[in-house]
Amino acid sequence: MELLNQVTQFVISGLATGSIYALIGLSFAIIFNSTGIINFAQGEFVMLGGVLTIFSLNVLQLPLAAAIVAAVAVTTVIGILFERLAIRPLKNATPLALIIITIGASILIRGVVMLLWGKDTQALPAFSGTDPITVAGATLLPQHLWIFGVTVMVIVGCRLFFNHTISGKAMRACSFNRRAANLVGISVGRMVLFSFVISAAVGSLAGVIIAPLTMTSYDVGVMLGLKGFCAAIMGGMGSGLGTVLGGLILGTLESLGAGLVSSGYKDAIAFFILLLILFIRPQGLFKKGETERV
Amino acid sequence: MKKLVSTAFASLALFCLSTAALAAPPIKIGALFAVTGPASFLGEPERNTAQMVVDEINKAGGVKGRKLELITYDTGGDATKAVQLANKLVKNDQVVAIIGPSTTGDTMAVIPVVEKAQVPLISCSAGIKITDPVKKWVFKTAQNDTLAVARIYEQLKKEKKSKVAILTVSDSFGSSGREQLKAQARHFGIQIISDDTYGPKDTDMTPQLTKIKSAKPDAIICWGTNPGPAVIARNAKQLGLAIPLYMSHGVSSKKFIELAGDAAEGIRLPSGKVLVADLLPKSDKQKGSLLAFIKDYQNHYRAEGDHFGGHAWDAMMLLKGAIERGGDTPAGIRNALEATRNFAGIGGVFSYSAKDHAGLTKDAFTLVEVRKKDWVLVK
Repeated sequence: MELLNQVTQFVISGLATGSIYALIGLSFAIIFNSTGIINFAQGEFVMLGGVLTIFSLNVLQLPLAAAIVAAVAVTTVIGILFERLAIRPLKNATPLALIIITIGASILIRGVVMLLWGKDTQALPAFSGTDPITVAGATLLPQHLWIFGVTVMVIVGCRLFFNHTISGKAMRACSFNRRAANLVGISVGRMVLFSFVISAAVGSLAGVIIAPLTMTSYDVGVMLGLKGFCAAIMGGMGSGLGTVLGGLILGTLESLGAGLVSSGYKDAIAFFILLLILFIRPQGLFKKGETERV
Repeated sequence: MKKLVSTAFASLALFCLSTAALAAPPIKIGALFAVTGPASFLGEPERNTAQMVVDEINKAGGVKGRKLELITYDTGGDATKAVQLANKLVKNDQVVAIIGPSTTGDTMAVIPVVEKAQVPLISCSAGIKITDPVKKWVFKTAQNDTLAVARIYEQLKKEKKSKVAILTVSDSFGSSGREQLKAQARHFGIQIISDDTYGPKDTDMTPQLTKIKSAKPDAIICWGTNPGPAVIARNAKQLGLAIPLYMSHGVSSKKFIELAGDAAEGIRLPSGKVLVADLLPKSDKQKGSLLAFIKDYQNHYRAEGDHFGGHAWDAMMLLKGAIERGGDTPAGIRNALEATRNFAGIGGVFSYSAKDHAGLTKDAFTLVEVRKKDWVLVK
């Protein structure tokens, strides 16, 4: 019984962490799908979400809801600027060059945030209190429910957007074949910009909802970005649901690994499984093998 | 008449010259601090404090009538740079003593330089290997981790708690703490029944705590620097852990209480005495120094003085005492430093000897508990 309770706790903790990875992974996949590049500044969008919310809350004295909207909006604008100033001007650059540029951008954003707000870790108050909730012998915080809720909303929203709107379908078309999309009259440039907008918004939203739990500082984006990237890889860098499952699996494995095996090898266990998946199913866990990307 | 005027001028000029010659040149002291870079949270208050102490000493007439001149360089937390700058201090600036560097890495790198040049160094970093084994020219002011561990174990022994779970961060601070926790346990009759770690950037430690909960220890000791311990405090509250939670001196600042919020209540940790200077009994030897340091720092920088500034304060004051007693030569200063006994500074009461260049006992740490978002002393 004791062990069962423990395992329930590990799984719930893991799912909570996993949802965060899933959200970040999703924002990786969105940009990858329309541009073919992996945006390594994604973690920085997450960090900006948290840091800007705290700034709006403490310095600008906005109420929490307004602070969140402001933070997501500002991060989205930064995402747009990033695409306009760093990605678009390089018309015929290879994806590799673009990836290097995103790494440069991530270092720049991190540096600017460090200079503006210092190196201290800051905490955001929880959205609805810190009284733990008991579920099947395990406990979780109200903030975890926020994380689950927002993750589900974002997934549903993405699914509806990509499958049932003209813009969403156009973006998917760009991901399948850029030239063909262009030929049928889709403005690829606009779709790329659009993908940065959505990705920055989703990333920063993830940063906002986790800030009360994990706290935030100028350098939280590095590790979170890496974990989100793993989630996206596990999901095959494309399918929305696959990425989400990838994130949840990664989070649960970490938590079970730390709890049942050894906390020292927690990351090692998770990354070992990632490597295993890459060996056995290089196309990702939940993706049909025949999908070919050009 | 003309002759008289010129003689007057000449004698005046002579007089001026002779007074200039009479006022001896200032005593040059070198300082190496990591003012920028990842360790700037150490280096900045240290630099500020060292400069403040020198200004205060000079304002009060200097040491034995001679002014002090502080030559500060920024190592940026880079050991290679620290070595270059130490060479510069010794060869170009010809300082009689050096205080700093801020980090153990920098200190270990400059030790060969000062040992060769035979210039005393008072390090402001904590690493135990700086003064163990003892090096002839090297002293330090920051408290060893060993003392913090001893302080916690002593309290646990007093409360007859013998089974502990440890949760340490997987960086150099945490692994040094983990080593010490394991090494000293037997001496205090303590048994470590669960030994877990977490990554410095981890955001959820409920798995480790769930595991610890089922091991049913009498106390949990967590060793890390912000933000990890704050996450652990919150996770412990989430899981409803009723086991006493001890933290390390690595989080002994108001920042920890701010980050952990309500979850910080009841957490205990060993801390240098700066944090609780006003709470100390009048009989405490350090109280005078502590209050003076806090007041001076407030006047100079409009900020609260912290432990790190305290390390530089101790280094400068020890040096001042050594110059007063031993003269202004490196060798004289070194011998006088080694003979320092019962100097009540910020980090503790220092008594150096030929065998001990760290100079502190576990009384350098005091055990504090968080209550109502503030510190109280644990009796």
